[in-house]
Amino acid sequence: MYTVPKLEYFSPDVLDPASKALFDALKAESAAISGGGEKAAEEFRNRWMAQKNGILRQVNDLWLKAAPPSAKRDVGLTFATIKAVVEEEVDLVMQSAKSLVALPTARLKSQTLDISLPGIERPLGVRHPVLRTLDELISVFVKMGYSIAEGPEVESDYYNFEALNFPPNHPARDTQDTLFIANQEQRPQRDRLLLRTHTSPVQIRTMEKAAPPVRVICPGKVHRNDAPDATHSPVFHQLEGLCVDTNITFGDLKGTLDHAMKSLFGSAVKTSFRPSFFPFTEPSVEVSISCPFCGGKGCRPCKQSGWIELLGAGMVDPNVFGFVDYDPKKLSGFAFGMGVERLAMMTYNVDDIQQFFYGDMRFLEQFA
Amino acid sequence: MRISPNWIRDFVSPTASDREVAEALTVSGIAIEGYFGEGADQTWEAEITTNRVDAMNHYGIAREVSAIYDLDLAPIVPNVPKISESGPTNISIVIDDAEGCARYTCRIVRGVAVAAAPAKIAHRLELIDQRSISNVADASNYVLNELGQPTHAFDLDKLEGGRILVRRARLGETLTTLDGVERKLASEDLVIADASKPVALAGIMGGEATMITSATRNVLIESAWFDPASIRRTARRLGMHTDASHRYERGADCGITPLACARVAELIASSAGGAVSAEIDIVVRTIAQPRIALASSEVKRILGVEIPSAEIARILRRLGFTVEAGGPFKPSVGLSGSGHTEFTVTVPTWRLDVEREIDLIEEVARIYSYLKIPSTLPSFAGGVVELPTARKQAALRSRLLSLGYNESLSSTFIPQEDARFFVSAGTPVEPVRIANPLSEEASFLRTSLVPGMLSQIAYNLNRGNSDVRLFEAGHVYAMLSGKTQGEAWGASVDEHRSLAFVATGAACEPSVHCKPEPLTFFHLKGDLEQLLAAFDVPRGNAEGGPHLPEGGPHLPAVGKCGEQTPCGITFDRTVPAWLHPGRAARAQVVDKNGAGKTLAIFGQLHPEVALARKLKQEVFIAEVFVEALYGLALRQPAYAPISKYPAVERDFSFVLPEGVEFASIRHQLSALHIAELTTLLPAETFRGGSLAAGTYSFLLRVRFQSAERTLRDDEVAAWSQQIVKSVESLGGSLRQ
Repeated sequence: MYTVPKLEYFSPDVLDPASKALFDALKAESAAISGGGEKAAEEFRNRWMAQKNGILRQVNDLWLKAAPPSAKRDVGLTFATIKAVVEEEVDLVMQSAKSLVALPTARLKSQTLDISLPGIERPLGVRHPVLRTLDELISVFVKMGYSIAEGPEVESDYYNFEALNFPPNHPARDTQDTLFIANQEQRPQRDRLLLRTHTSPVQIRTMEKAAPPVRVICPGKVHRNDAPDATHSPVFHQLEGLCVDTNITFGDLKGTLDHAMKSLFGSAVKTSFRPSFFPFTEPSVEVSISCPFCGGKGCRPCKQSGWIELLGAGMVDPNVFGFVDYDPKKLSGFAFGMGVERLAMMTYNVDDIQQFFYGDMRFLEQFA
Repeated sequence: MRISPNWIRDFVSPTASDREVAEALTVSGIAIEGYFGEGADQTWEAEITTNRVDAMNHYGIAREVSAIYDLDLAPIVPNVPKISESGPTNISIVIDDAEGCARYTCRIVRGVAVAAAPAKIAHRLELIDQRSISNVADASNYVLNELGQPTHAFDLDKLEGGRILVRRARLGETLTTLDGVERKLASEDLVIADASKPVALAGIMGGEATMITSATRNVLIESAWFDPASIRRTARRLGMHTDASHRYERGADCGITPLACARVAELIASSAGGAVSAEIDIVVRTIAQPRIALASSEVKRILGVEIPSAEIARILRRLGFTVEAGGPFKPSVGLSGSGHTEFTVTVPTWRLDVEREIDLIEEVARIYSYLKIPSTLPSFAGGVVELPTARKQAALRSRLLSLGYNESLSSTFIPQEDARFFVSAGTPVEPVRIANPLSEEASFLRTSLVPGMLSQIAYNLNRGNSDVRLFEAGHVYAMLSGKTQGEAWGASVDEHRSLAFVATGAACEPSVHCKPEPLTFFHLKGDLEQLLAAFDVPRGNAEGGPHLPEGGPHLPAVGKCGEQTPCGITFDRTVPAWLHPGRAARAQVVDKNGAGKTLAIFGQLHPEVALARKLKQEVFIAEVFVEALYGLALRQPAYAPISKYPAVERDFSFVLPEGVEFASIRHQLSALHIAELTTLLPAETFRGGSLAAGTYSFLLRVRFQSAERTLRDDEVAAWSQQIVKSVESLGGSLRQ
């Protein structure tokens, strides 16, 4: 039969084994009277919880009261634990003696919650829809072997235009609606600073630094002097890509972009290629995809045409290779680029590009 | 531009329907993007790329159709006399500036009667959205849209001295153009002048004084070739853009001036009557027509498909190129069957955009059809290289998202006062100004992400979103001084990455589960600490002695600092003016020598700044200097054995004089060098009640634990004594 020992020391390494011995005895005695009826249960309760000399009482007197002040805290905590465990066990035995079925039901019933109340949600932040779209694009091309390259948003005329085969004063520059940095008049034209109008300068910077073969994508922010409205923003994002090697063909351009678009929108998506013009590619091409939102039947994003113009692309112009000392007789390559906001607008049915830049919580939280 | 398919059929006759022709043109590079009207009155909206000035007219598009369908293109042969019936023309033409004007062709029509244009001409012009003016004016406009060549009709009798001089404008000259605007001319402007004055802005717009009126009897028709750069310079300077300048700027056809001139004369004579003079054609400079070597092997190398040589030659000839077999420097070698053929190709006068072999390959490809080139995938050897900071950026982003901040994007542009006010580390920077900003409020590049974040907070609060948590990662800019990231990019603007996060409103959404409780400085500080914990810096006291972590068991193990590893992070009150001086801090990483580098500034927005921006609740904002943070390594987790021995916890209730901060207590206690002291937790503070003014109570909870043994009561008691003494030395006392 278990008796409460006297303790000389009250450190946790003494208290812990002592509590364990007590709990073992409690379990053993409880198991021994299982099915013994109400009388046995009554005796069990008295032995452990009687006001006068029940085991709990003894623990209180022999351990808690006897402990020096410095150990009071530890012993107090231990006592509280013991008390809770003993009470629960006695409760259990008493209940089971009354009715085996009623035992859990009554007690559990008292613990019932209104489970129709909402849960406690710890808020999670939401990725920006444009950057989320960009993440998806990046992941498609990384899986195809493209590394990521970055460059500055404030660029020189040389990188944004000249090395991309936009000669000074060429009309093609007009289409770029460039924002220029002030007080650059004293510098030679090629060194004048501006906000890059496309991420293509990163292609030049990449080829300047690395020998072929090159496979990079350049995601990033670009700026144009476009007054903000529902479809224009002076700030937006582009993803461009560049693939250069000794044997890259126009067929590779088609195959690569077709594969990428199928990865992005599903294998049912078709691509279409038609001639276009960019100073830095020759031949140049505009790439459309069959509308992934309506399957080509016609809807709002595709303006009822069944097709969406998504990318500009082309074979890298030999003049561009000239600027980075690549031999255009031996090397060939293709480049492509696309606007991210436009794709995000179509994907998420956003009708105003400005929504992307307000930081409106009601807008952002829809992309959780 | 508007195109009439019926007009195109004047020159080429495909059996395909108009719609089919439009679709074929679109896949070959002349994008037809809209359809209007029915039958013979149908028109298309054609989107013609800037390089294809040759196709900005009906004959040019007909030429494309002839190449696509392999059909003959009908020549235009105007019915005009070779010799004037009214005798010799007594007008002299002088080109004074060969650089600006390579060729000047003109004819005179005497005895015209200016009236309404004939129905057919007027109808066609109206179809393509052009206004019919008169028989004479319409002739010129009709030819512009038919052949693409701009021409101009002068009232001959208003030209003084019977002469035309093509020259640069002289100092102080002015010209009132057709639109009634008086233009001040510059010496770079090319003008058409008579004996005494400019009468037209060459290639851009005619002058009012010499324009055709209902009284005009005799007409001089000008059809010239002007230098693209010269026209563009003048048009841009004067802010003018006309149908003529649009074409000249992009390179007109120097070979077509006689044909266009004759065609205008024919149309005038047939509708307004009059006698057409012989042609005067002055050529002072020839525009070279490139001869280009084209190899079929190169076509295959670039396109990836073998196009038969006969097909290559056919396509180029239909487009007007002259194709000779054999390379340019050797006679034809006729390598039939080898699959390799060389051509020498001469570019027609209307294709100034074609100069190189690659340009010819594009011509072949687009008429052959991009759609017929098979799709392939390039082979690839090599690996994907990650950007050096990619993982660090991703760690910050995922932690901020997990902490409940929404990712945002704000404008790059801020007003001048914000650019000057929101400086970070006390070092004023020169902000970057935009020369041609969208507005005064957007005339500077952001020097900090803070103003953008504050604007977004205001946007939300104004719309009743009172609980806002946002972050933005983006670039900030300043004019360059000293060595920075910007210099590495070769620019004189310092551009670097930054990060800001901002929170305002309730700590949690008030509900049955959560009492309404506002966010505090410490919520923000905790979030910042969670970000910094991604990096390899021991947290806590960096002011010497062993490192004593401040928080719970999730903290990284105590590390040693050295050459590579920083010693820890300190917080002080050096903050910029836009933060609340008492509720803001700077976080620095400190190295072995005690030198600090700022990682972040954070805290409550200064109430005056909040007021000025009409933010009616407390806003907490942090600016993180990620370039400095990226100098640290990401923390590499390492397992430390979990002690088998119990920890002992002790509470101490102190009364401290105001001004004794937790940092000094921690500093003091770490100097005790108690290895078993593992945790130091500020459990409670209290002011008021029975406490004397100028003091506060502070409940300190410490935990001792050894990895090797169970701690004895007596040693815990001894350490407790040391702790009490230490705090007493700061002026504190144990509360009784």
